[in-house]
Amino acid sequence: MTLCAFRKIVVKITFLLPVVFPATLLQAEPYLPKDGGQVLETLRSTAFDPVEHEIRALRARLTAEPGNLTLACEFARRCIERSRSQADPRYLGRAQAALVPWWDIPAPPIEVLVLRATIKQSQHDFTNALADLSLAVRLAPRNAQVWLTRATILTVLGDYAEARKACLPLAQLAPGPIALTAVASVTSLNGEAEGSCALLQRSLEGNTPASPDEKIWSLTVLAEALERLGRVSEAEADFKKALALGQRDPYLLGAYADLLLDQGRAQEAAELLKNESRADGLLLRLAFAESAMSLRPVSCDAHIAILKARYEAGHLRGDFVHQREEARFDLHLLGQSSQALRLAETNWQVQHEPADLRILMESALAAGDRAAAQPALDFIRKNRLEDVELAKLARQLNPK
Amino acid sequence: MKGISMIKRLSRFFLLFAAFLVFATQKAHAHPQSSAYLTLHASTTGLTGEWHLALRDLEDAIGLDVNDDGSITWAELLSRKEAVCAYAQSRLHLLGDGQMGSLRVKELLVDNLSDGAYAVLRFEVDGFQRPRRLEMNYNAFFDIDPKHRGLLRLDHDGQIQLGVFSPTQPSQSFEFGVATPHNPFFTFLKEGVWHIWSGYDHILFLLALLLPGVLLRRDATWQPVADMRTAFVKVLKVVTAFTVAHSITLSLAVLGFVHLPSRLVESAIAASVVVAAFNNLVPIFGEGGWMVAFGFGLLHGFGFANALRDLGLQHGQLAVTLFGFNLGVEAGQLAIVAVFLPLALSVRSLLFYQRFILRFGSAAIMVVASTWLAERVLDFKLLPF
Repeated sequence: MTLCAFRKIVVKITFLLPVVFPATLLQAEPYLPKDGGQVLETLRSTAFDPVEHEIRALRARLTAEPGNLTLACEFARRCIERSRSQADPRYLGRAQAALVPWWDIPAPPIEVLVLRATIKQSQHDFTNALADLSLAVRLAPRNAQVWLTRATILTVLGDYAEARKACLPLAQLAPGPIALTAVASVTSLNGEAEGSCALLQRSLEGNTPASPDEKIWSLTVLAEALERLGRVSEAEADFKKALALGQRDPYLLGAYADLLLDQGRAQEAAELLKNESRADGLLLRLAFAESAMSLRPVSCDAHIAILKARYEAGHLRGDFVHQREEARFDLHLLGQSSQALRLAETNWQVQHEPADLRILMESALAAGDRAAAQPALDFIRKNRLEDVELAKLARQLNPK
Repeated sequence: MKGISMIKRLSRFFLLFAAFLVFATQKAHAHPQSSAYLTLHASTTGLTGEWHLALRDLEDAIGLDVNDDGSITWAELLSRKEAVCAYAQSRLHLLGDGQMGSLRVKELLVDNLSDGAYAVLRFEVDGFQRPRRLEMNYNAFFDIDPKHRGLLRLDHDGQIQLGVFSPTQPSQSFEFGVATPHNPFFTFLKEGVWHIWSGYDHILFLLALLLPGVLLRRDATWQPVADMRTAFVKVLKVVTAFTVAHSITLSLAVLGFVHLPSRLVESAIAASVVVAAFNNLVPIFGEGGWMVAFGFGLLHGFGFANALRDLGLQHGQLAVTLFGFNLGVEAGQLAIVAVFLPLALSVRSLLFYQRFILRFGSAAIMVVASTWLAERVLDFKLLPF
């Protein structure tokens, strides 16, 4: 009898093991790899990457001549481009490192000023970026890049009147399509959505030469504006045109994934993003897609755990750059509405894009705190922002 | 004149990538920024630590991709071990009570964190024993990335202090106060008692086993035991079995013969509480309560080992540490028995005990332990304890 009882215990324990084991797979503990050939980290997708090659060559030259302005700016410029195409802020840090000799000077050379503002803007340091740009506007009033960057920041901050003013000089300083897209990206949020779309469509149909990147930019602005107007199938067509241009653009991928997710096409969104686990914003959308699929894939929990760990690491660093994304994560993947609302409210103090409005309204609704969404409702009315999703949320918040 | 043409040239140059930049707003979906994690542990015998350095950062700082194929293999990292160690040693300066310390790297390992692979350096600090005041200067990777942060976790005397190193704040200092020369035996004895009392899962497991200790099961109903002796023997068997079992695994784990991941152990412990409580409602093990205690005691031993490891093992005094901690666990456990047994004996004849306390007590234990099980398996938090 005793033996039998003991066996039962053993059976019971072994029975429990498979249940608890999968949860331990994610547990990170330092280990000693057994095989020398084991790949620990992939630095780039192909063995030879010309851009990476150039960046490294520039770095080597810069190491030899740290104070060389031309070299430093060229290296920083390459790194900023790279940070965008790879959605990797490590490159922004590398760019900043190259500009260290000029980083804390109040009035550095104009080219440093513009790069510095761009880096600060990408790190969400909008106040200092605008301060740099104000100085740059005075030093180089005919520099299109300065006005463009200024318009972008002001649009993110929701200051459309000032953003429009910053776009005006572009009509003379920048090629037609660029100036037009810059203006449309403001006006489409500011009561002239239909007109802005028509303008962009006409410009895209015209034969003005534009680089693939410029085309992607115009198409994305157009697609997002169409989507806000509820013209989803047209928006999708433009997203697809932009994707067909074959340039890697994380922002475009994210925006198209959002459309698919809003349309309940989780399977397609997951397919689109299946290899995009490195960039936080794309991984977040991949996790949204996976958690919305009828057959929830096993990778979903792992992706949620990775995102959680990354946000926690960010908190440890004292970074509060991705509050909007983290609020979306808390609300839609963890179901923690009050925490999401808190983040969405702090995020709202800084920036006012449609996505910022949306998460504020969604989390206010979920947390049952309608008053918290009032700033968003006021903003929509004041700026005549046309957006079908936001309008739907507004009706839910103010049922009359 | 020259100035104007310069600006013109520059604005053209910038225009080339105007569309790139205008779009590169915060909208970009960022990877995590560069971080390194430095864990330091100050004990009576000295300072030990673990440093996680991202392979991508090391690649940019000293070069790891030896064959330049875009990926870093273990063999490549190993071949650059000297350079990695030299880099780490030159980028972290420790001053204990004014004396310079140096890092002696003991092991190079690898770890996968949420944002990629890291080289892990396990080191000891030579040059001073446990200082009263520790000053640290950290300047890894700041030259290649001013956004890099060194995240510090310093454990000393059961306290944890956190710090962040940045280019504007590369130095931190910590006061440890006067180090009380303590006897590790008594320290760990106390920790052992405390671990049992503050670890609700062990208490509930013990209670689940003890609840039927003053009863006997006859014809599918519970009867109070006739005399105190029977109850004592029964409880003694359970407690001894639990003790022997967890002592075995605790020793095996601490001495390094067996290692189980802590989440697996913690989940299994929660499961053991569920099963032990369930056994009181629907007997699966008959009168084999002590066998349950033994079987699951093995699991709890691994839990104790993880707790002891978290406290920091005193190298060179392993036997004393282990013995002290184990004895503390037994003492803490006996104290619970000493409170429970007289109480239970005095009310064992009441129908209330047999019907209500045993059943509802066991059911309540099951509910709590099931929640733990779910929490530990799925890694979320529901209960405050």
